Amino acid sequence: MKILIVGGGTGGTIVANNVARRLVRETRDHKARITLLSASDRHMYQPGLFYVAFGQMMPDELYRDEASLLESNIDFHVDSVEGFELDNNRVITRSGKVHDYDIMVIATGSRIMPQKIPGLDEGAETFYTEEGAIKMYQALRKFEGGNVGIVVGVPHKCPIAPVEVVFSLHDFFKDRGIRDKVNIKYHYPINRIHSIENVANWAQPEFDRMGVEYETLFNIEEVDIESRVMKSMEGSEYKYDLLISIPEHHGMSVVEDNGLGTDGWIPTDRHKLTMEGYDNVYVVGDTTNLPVSKTGSAAHFEAEVVAENIASIVKIGTPVTEYNGKVYCFIEAGHDRATYAMFNYDHPPDLKDANKSMHWFKMSYNKMYWTSVRGLL
Amino acid sequence: MSDVKVIDACNTYCPGPLMELITYMKQAKVGETLELLSTDNGTAVDVPEWVNKIGHELISSEQVNDVWHIQVKKMK
Repeated sequence: MKILIVGGGTGGTIVANNVARRLVRETRDHKARITLLSASDRHMYQPGLFYVAFGQMMPDELYRDEASLLESNIDFHVDSVEGFELDNNRVITRSGKVHDYDIMVIATGSRIMPQKIPGLDEGAETFYTEEGAIKMYQALRKFEGGNVGIVVGVPHKCPIAPVEVVFSLHDFFKDRGIRDKVNIKYHYPINRIHSIENVANWAQPEFDRMGVEYETLFNIEEVDIESRVMKSMEGSEYKYDLLISIPEHHGMSVVEDNGLGTDGWIPTDRHKLTMEGYDNVYVVGDTTNLPVSKTGSAAHFEAEVVAENIASIVKIGTPVTEYNGKVYCFIEAGHDRATYAMFNYDHPPDLKDANKSMHWFKMSYNKMYWTSVRGLL
Repeated sequence: MSDVKVIDACNTYCPGPLMELITYMKQAKVGETLELLSTDNGTAVDVPEWVNKIGHELISSEQVNDVWHIQVKKMK
């Protein structure tokens, strides 16, 4: 049985490691082969970029060599896929190599698309790339006062990030002693300040307490970088001195280029996690079109399900479990408090009060991630 | 009705039904109609409010067996 995993991010790496540990005997006896293809030899802990943007982590803390994270019975290649031939059960890589498979997992992730909004790429800071996070920190450090706007594109990775950035901006400027010179205004696409109702109900009085303004039903249409004004599709405007963007995301271009899904999102069965029309192709993490959060957490829980099923298909010929929509997200409520949201398809999140213990748990998780992505935690 | 794209956002909390609708509305062409399915009663209020503010057209909104079926036509 040839198992091919495309993508070496959180989802792909956890699938590979979990399958590898379940199929030690089968890989040793050459009854199963596990191949992982990644575009990079390095693995980034993406949530750490948020801390880089506030000067709390250095970029080099976010990386490990991908090979160092993998079980020894995984055949790992740094060679990105350029062609998917699903009807022939094979892919073609950038180097021209052809990989056949019996089961494939697509976990290619997502990317920011600020260029979809005129002026946004040039006019706004963001923390979704290493370069962006460093640039945002530099902008925050030299900011001396004025209007700071936060604007949120749809869809975006890490739906908790918009409220987290508000809390951290408040604490950052407070620590610098200039909070009274900074007006923070939050702009959100739907008609409450967060998509999760309980998060909105918790965050709104917190925003009020901190003196943060907010405008809902604000879907950004363009940024005029000359006059420093952003405009919404709904017809309102905001004049900023510093603009921070959680930009719209798309899946990777290889997905769209191969006709696998509009905007790079692959149509996926919400329970089986198989690609629509292909029972031997699984989709994990941001790459799915599922109506669940695009987060490392969702990718992690999906990866556990997919790995369990691939191992059981090899061992007994059938999958044994399904994804229930589970997501667990830490929510940083500033520089020293945090809470969390946990939910699935059947249970909405029940939010607890923010406290220091959860913040330190999150700080610990930033280190424990490397155990998590090995599939050990 | 066969050209109406259906978005199943039942039993989802994050990013939630309206955010799903906005995502697919961006992909749609002007004149296309999308049908959002949602088990969240708030959707029946949230979607018309957004549609009205942004200038799309609410075609229909009805609850069938605890599932809201809301059709929206992209107008711009």
